[in-house]
Amino acid sequence: MKLIRTTIALLALASSAVSAMAFDREHKSLGQTFADTNCSWCHGPSLQGFTTAPRLAGQKAEYIQSQLLSLKSHKRDNPLARQVMWGPAGTVTPEVARELGAYFSSLDAEAANDGRRELAGQGQGIYQNGSAGANIPSCAVCHGPDGQGAGAIPRIGGLSYAYVKRQLEQWGQGYHASAAFPMPAVARQLSAADIDAIASYLSFVR
Amino acid sequence: MIAVNVKSVLPAAVLAVVVSAAAWAEDNAGPPVSGQELQAKLQYCKTCHGVSGQGYSGASPIPRLAGQQTEYIENQLLAFTDKRRENIYMFNVAHVLSPGMRTALAKHFHDLNAPPSASASKELAPAGKKIFEEGVPEKEVPACASCHGADAKGNGPFPRLAGQSAGYIVRTLTNWDKIRGKDPANPDNSAIMQPVIHGLTPPQIAEVAAYLDYLD
Repeated sequence: MKLIRTTIALLALASSAVSAMAFDREHKSLGQTFADTNCSWCHGPSLQGFTTAPRLAGQKAEYIQSQLLSLKSHKRDNPLARQVMWGPAGTVTPEVARELGAYFSSLDAEAANDGRRELAGQGQGIYQNGSAGANIPSCAVCHGPDGQGAGAIPRIGGLSYAYVKRQLEQWGQGYHASAAFPMPAVARQLSAADIDAIASYLSFVR
Repeated sequence: MIAVNVKSVLPAAVLAVVVSAAAWAEDNAGPPVSGQELQAKLQYCKTCHGVSGQGYSGASPIPRLAGQQTEYIENQLLAFTDKRRENIYMFNVAHVLSPGMRTALAKHFHDLNAPPSASASKELAPAGKKIFEEGVPEKEVPACASCHGADAKGNGPFPRLAGQSAGYIVRTLTNWDKIRGKDPANPDNSAIMQPVIHGLTPPQIAEVAAYLDYLD
């Protein structure tokens, strides 16, 4: 009797583990399944994000991976990261990070369009040209002329104005990025007006 | 297309470039810059070119500067400023630099060391080595080593190529005429590369680039 009970218990455990691990009934990818259950609450059902939780849709896969792992290691330490993301990121394995990166990068992205329109032109100037006199590099050299990113460098075109502004301000305040170089140093070079303009411009970039 | 016997013309061309460059270098060494100014500017350069000047694969390949010939760096900064070499980002960087700053930056990057890029397809490297050392005689492409050195570390105005990223080399050679010598009224050293540009096929460019990508 004990053997039968044990066997039934083991079988039940195994089958539930298998179905949780691989596909659900509608054959969604592991990334989508994980995101639907864990990420969409804050980042939105289509992962377009809003001011507090950034857009994940259309983001570079390598960047998603590196950020999830840096949240898990607590390298990325701004207040919202600490309060909201450190907990969930603790459960992320490198395999899950890879799956989520693949899933998010496959999604269409929409521009937030929530910046200050009157600053967009100025923001574009700083984004494309930097300011050699003030030692501000052109963002476009790494992030691309259309903010599309490359490899582990994030796509920043179309991200929410409030989000980009906050990231740049917080690096200037001493919070850490996943990599010590170069972004915190770049952000420290920027004035409040520069940040306002860049964040505004980027929010409109498709 | 002018038919030129490269073998006979090359030594004279090389001599002309080196002699004029030496004279130029004496006239143009600027006054020194303050340590603080230099550090701020270096951090700015390194944002894109890397903490060790090793280059980076950004939206497009950003070249390695570590171990580069000082004369070459200074020449390029002037070429960007004069728009003889076309690059909107580097024009912004270069045209605000004083002569003293150019000299100081060039020296700093020359003194840096970094491992080679080592990211290209390794199987192309042996064919690339042959082209580097022997050129392509039937297409009148001289051996790269004759100007860039047997170790590809360059000489005076001839840039170091050792350890440079294959992506950057391929892009540079492929787009040479779109980027270099852009002021017809002021032809510059970039003209010396014409036989190479017109003689090498795209596969050969990829092979040479792969060879240099791994060279220490």
